[in-house]
Amino acid sequence: MDFLIFKAPMLMVQASLDGILLGILFALIAYGMALQWGVMNIINIAQGDLVILGGYIAYTMYLAGIHPAWGVIVSPIIMFFVGWALYKLVINKVVDRDLFISILATFGIAIVFQQLMNFIFGADVVVAQSEYGTTMLFDNSVTLPNSKIFSAFISVLYAVALVIYMKKSKLGRAIRATAQNARAAKILGVDTEKVYAATFGINAALCGIAGALISITLTLHPYVGLPYTVRSFMIVIVAGLGNLPAVALSGMGLGLFEEFADYILGTEFRIGAVFMLLVFILVYRRFKLSKKREYLK
Amino acid sequence: MGNIKQKDLILYSGLIILGLAAPYLFSAFKVQLTYLCVLIVLAMTWNLQGGEMGYNTFGNILFYGLGMYLTASVQVGMFFPLAEWTESGGEKTFVHTTAQYFQGIGVGLLVSAIIPAIVAGAIGYAILGLRGHYFAICTLGLGIAAGEIAGGIEIIGAGQGFTTPPFPAEIVDTEARGKFFYFLSFALLIGTFVFVKYIYGSRFKLILNAIRDNEDKAEAMGIQTMKYKITGWMCSAFFCGLAGGIMGGLIGYIDSTDVAFDGREMGVFMVLMAILGGKGTLWGPVIGATLFHFFKEGLWTLILGWQYVALGVLIVVIVIYFPEGLMGWLREKYPERFGEVIDEKDRKAQVELK
Repeated sequence: MDFLIFKAPMLMVQASLDGILLGILFALIAYGMALQWGVMNIINIAQGDLVILGGYIAYTMYLAGIHPAWGVIVSPIIMFFVGWALYKLVINKVVDRDLFISILATFGIAIVFQQLMNFIFGADVVVAQSEYGTTMLFDNSVTLPNSKIFSAFISVLYAVALVIYMKKSKLGRAIRATAQNARAAKILGVDTEKVYAATFGINAALCGIAGALISITLTLHPYVGLPYTVRSFMIVIVAGLGNLPAVALSGMGLGLFEEFADYILGTEFRIGAVFMLLVFILVYRRFKLSKKREYLK
Repeated sequence: MGNIKQKDLILYSGLIILGLAAPYLFSAFKVQLTYLCVLIVLAMTWNLQGGEMGYNTFGNILFYGLGMYLTASVQVGMFFPLAEWTESGGEKTFVHTTAQYFQGIGVGLLVSAIIPAIVAGAIGYAILGLRGHYFAICTLGLGIAAGEIAGGIEIIGAGQGFTTPPFPAEIVDTEARGKFFYFLSFALLIGTFVFVKYIYGSRFKLILNAIRDNEDKAEAMGIQTMKYKITGWMCSAFFCGLAGGIMGGLIGYIDSTDVAFDGREMGVFMVLMAILGGKGTLWGPVIGATLFHFFKEGLWTLILGWQYVALGVLIVVIVIYFPEGLMGWLREKYPERFGEVIDEKDRKAQVELK
């Protein structure tokens, strides 16, 4: 076995930096997933497709001659209303139901989204050029696209803003109250239906930001949504609901894992490695939990 | 099973005669009929997990794809070097004789039934310990990971696909290929149905239902739930592997993500068909698969290009509005037909309580 990465230590630095910057982006998507999971108790398989849709909004702006970085402001606004509409159409009917119903229903939504994006934007792999240039580190042996640094910075900015919003604003308090106990919140005068719609809208807006950032740092394609869903699901399982530092950390961990898997196994196994990691994490979690269930044995 | 009633006997023999006569009556639709048989098998085996055991799996596609690759690999590998076959794109350099073809597919199907069952048993202990949505997502991940990994392995064609051996050219009858695969899949369908019907009359089914209704309680009652869950999954894997092997031969070309580990089509279809017909019933998946297949074949060509949009909308509508499926709806409407006696007093009391 001959791995390039172990021969050139600088490649490790490269992979680590890439992984951490990428991981921050994943953490942003995962935060949205944790939000809706915690508040509404649904698992949204269409999460990744919302991300890709947000990316295509930024890409459309790029085609129209506007700098795609403005997408991080426009895309969340549009996506908020997409999320709101989606809630009113479908999600409100699955909120109180079995989790499997929400998985399957959002799976259906994901298929519709993929196909519609395929019609509108075509099946080609596209990228919006930000023309931010690259930063060279360590005697030009490590190259870092400035767009990645930009995307990590914007992700952190939005995450901090959202945390403050959730703590201080009236809607934020209502969302947190609903997450704790929906029935009690309803009795105390919180319009839970509106809270749910807003939560789903905020989640979609987060996806929109992440998508706009992905359009300038990575690539877009109508059918690559599911890996983003799985990544955010994985991060949420590892970090737990509503633990933001842990979400950020496990996001970075996932980013690192992916970059190293890319170098060691080869790019063709990258997505496979992500899905296998999901299986391993779930199985590990099952064995850890089963030790606690000793009263049945 | 015991003694079959006379009414059932007429029904079953009628269906078998219809099945045997179908390729002659609807000669142009042999491929579609083969698809139908395979779809019914997949829906029935999914129902063992999703309907009876309450474990909603997206992972049965794993065994289907595995069976497909195994059958083709064995069929080629028995007589020719596999790596050279996939590299040359299949039939160009090597030709199977008639005897080799049938020997190969026979052994291949045997392998594709046994290996997926063993795989199911091996991973079952780890995977089936997961509950609810964790199980669903984990199996979804397994199916996709399998597709991605198979797409990177050189010896089975990697991304460019794997051409399965063509039907022997020495058989001049042009109908023979369609008939062969139809009767193969029909035999599989009968085998699966008899097996599932046998399960429905056995204690095994009651245990699976107990697991579905309350697994902790079942465990507390002294049932070794894990043993039964794994056995159930192995049974499904056995039939899914066979179905995959037959489909591989019929399609003639295996692609890792679009044909074999096709989570976007087959993987969703089997869930949808079982839910459409009514999960947790013997006939539900059969009816669901038949309806779905007719709907699909009828509409797919009319709405060309939009079929996935229609599929997505169909999933949402079925899941939200008909989670109990057709059989569930019938059961609610005509409970007497299902052997359920309703106590009117009790029913009124229930209504008043509400």
